[in-house]
Amino acid sequence: MTGSFTAPAIVADNVSRTYDLDGVSVPALRGVSLTVAPTDYVAIVGTSGSGKSTLMHLLGGLDRPSGGTLLIGGRDVSTLNPAEMARLRNEVIGFVFQSFHLLARTTARDNVALPLVYRGAGRRERRARAAEMLERVGLAHRLDHRPNQMSGGEQQRVAIARALVTGPSVLLADEPTGNLDSATGQSVLTLLESLNADGVAVVLVTHDKDVAARAHRQITMRDGLIVPPSAASPSPTSPSSSASLSPSPTSPSHASPSPAPPSLSPIPTSPSPSPPTSPSPTPPPDLSGTAGFEGTRS
Amino acid sequence: MRLAEAWRVALDALRANRLRSVLTMLGVVIGVAAVVALVAIGTGTKRQIEQQVEGLGSNLLLVVPGRLDPGAAPTASTLTMDDVDAVTRVVGDRDRVAVTISSGETVRAGSQSAFASMQGVLETTPTVFVRRLDRGSYLTRTDVTTGRRVAVLGAGVASTLFGERDPIGRQITIGGVRFRVIGTFERLGQSLGVDRDSEVHVPVTAAQRLLGTDRIDGLAIRAPDRERIDALGSAVVAALTDRHPDTDFSAVTQEQILGVLGDILGVLTGVLAAIAGISLLVGGVGVSNIMLVSVRERTKEIGLRKAVGARPRDIGVQFLLEAVLLTTLGGVLGMGLGISAALIVDRLSPVPAAITWWSLALAFGVSAAVGIIFGVVPAQRAGRLDPVVALRTE
Repeated sequence: MTGSFTAPAIVADNVSRTYDLDGVSVPALRGVSLTVAPTDYVAIVGTSGSGKSTLMHLLGGLDRPSGGTLLIGGRDVSTLNPAEMARLRNEVIGFVFQSFHLLARTTARDNVALPLVYRGAGRRERRARAAEMLERVGLAHRLDHRPNQMSGGEQQRVAIARALVTGPSVLLADEPTGNLDSATGQSVLTLLESLNADGVAVVLVTHDKDVAARAHRQITMRDGLIVPPSAASPSPTSPSSSASLSPSPTSPSHASPSPAPPSLSPIPTSPSPSPPTSPSPTPPPDLSGTAGFEGTRS
Repeated sequence: MRLAEAWRVALDALRANRLRSVLTMLGVVIGVAAVVALVAIGTGTKRQIEQQVEGLGSNLLLVVPGRLDPGAAPTASTLTMDDVDAVTRVVGDRDRVAVTISSGETVRAGSQSAFASMQGVLETTPTVFVRRLDRGSYLTRTDVTTGRRVAVLGAGVASTLFGERDPIGRQITIGGVRFRVIGTFERLGQSLGVDRDSEVHVPVTAAQRLLGTDRIDGLAIRAPDRERIDALGSAVVAALTDRHPDTDFSAVTQEQILGVLGDILGVLTGVLAAIAGISLLVGGVGVSNIMLVSVRERTKEIGLRKAVGARPRDIGVQFLLEAVLLTTLGGVLGMGLGISAALIVDRLSPVPAAITWWSLALAFGVSAAVGIIFGVVPAQRAGRLDPVVALRTE
């Protein structure tokens, strides 16, 4: 893990993104300020075309802003070349996609190990780490199964294990429950929450109000801007989010970082067993929500 | 990404599309096989001709009337046995000088007949050239001086006329004139396109009488050593020019003959290799095409790999290795096929084939190079893909 517990994992200051479509400039983001603290659990909501996916890509270092400053893991992305951006994504960010994006011909273990390939880890280390992560998401029994042999929920948990394998500071989940049935979606959310409780910041993009409601705070996007909390409907489960989303004096869409709860522990990067990674035959308590659909096939 | 891992990923990708990989490789396989086989045939032919020229005997000097310039028409010979005596004086050893007057004649024995190349020669022929007898004896100096009608038969003529019977002492007619068989040659086969087994050697004097001439076609000298061969050639040509001021004479060595033949065959081999190379090129274009399709098909995978930390270079190397793996695997299979084809041609046809290490190294090198050259564009395209766009691709 590269992020410290006090420094924000991601800081966006007045970030804009304009696409050039056949010579026509189309603004997708128009000056967004946002801070993701190391233990944040943020839901970005908004209608289609509101700019939430663009923001997600920027926060994940997949894209660069057209204007403003974006710090990921303390590094200004405008100073990084594509190779350095790739390294940054590998070290700081873990992605979870709506459609899982697993390599079809590859086993769960090798799918999970993929980010480690680009870190230069040896095969033995990759396999051990991948097995550890799969165990953590409750799929220790699915190591050598291919995606087509697994249910949708299991596939998404493989994707989550892959996102976690490098020990990232931030997990970016784009509609992580979008392709799952309600029960399976709930268990995936429970898993994300347990990971957050272990010290990984979670940012999820969703248009599902129930999903967003489970986050500690919500950011509502509209027309490429963050809607001030007064204009957006507050989340009943995250009363503190209104404070963190209050407009800053300099920007109408600034969201100040919420303080990190000191009790949260980071995801262990060493192979030493911890309660969530313990090889005990019974699922770890914080993964109890996922146990319900183990073996479920979509 | 470690290189070993990149190779594994490339191999997995090729395995995933086995049929397509094999079909793509086929162009390279055929190209490399053609290069290896055709170069082997060219080299084999060249080597065989060299062996045949060298098989004539070492340090040989052939003296013929006329210039040996490219395109020069043959010159009618004005040489006689007196010229041979003059040359013998220059050489200083009669045993080192051979002459020939040749004519195609029908040779008969009883009811059997054969078309033979009658060679009027001196008794020195077996020492100047390399000719071994199978049976009987060769011509003697007395046979030559007296113009005795005796003949030594090539193996082909002997078997046509006499089959399994012993021809020694039997009568034959050459151009209607009766000769007695005193010996037969060992079987030699073809040499420079000439069937050496259809030769019949008779004393030069007898041949001249049969043909009604006092001329000879040319003469050959076996130099005592390689160093003196050029000086001897000049001396012989000077002596002959003295006697025939109006005629040009040429003395050629085996090296010169080999040089000319080698050049011709070298060009021929080069042309064959170039034609085969074109098919390799076409194979390369096929690889490039398939790699571009593969990049398009796997855009989403590229996006994912980039999202989890693959650098543009990692993706580029992965696709480049796939292309190189395709062509080098094709190259290895092609070499195997080319070697097999060359061996089959060598065994089952009269065309000789010799596999050379350099043609294999070249074919392998070119196939790897084809992979790199034709893999670069798809690899660059893959490496430069925008991860956001790639991930959105359906």
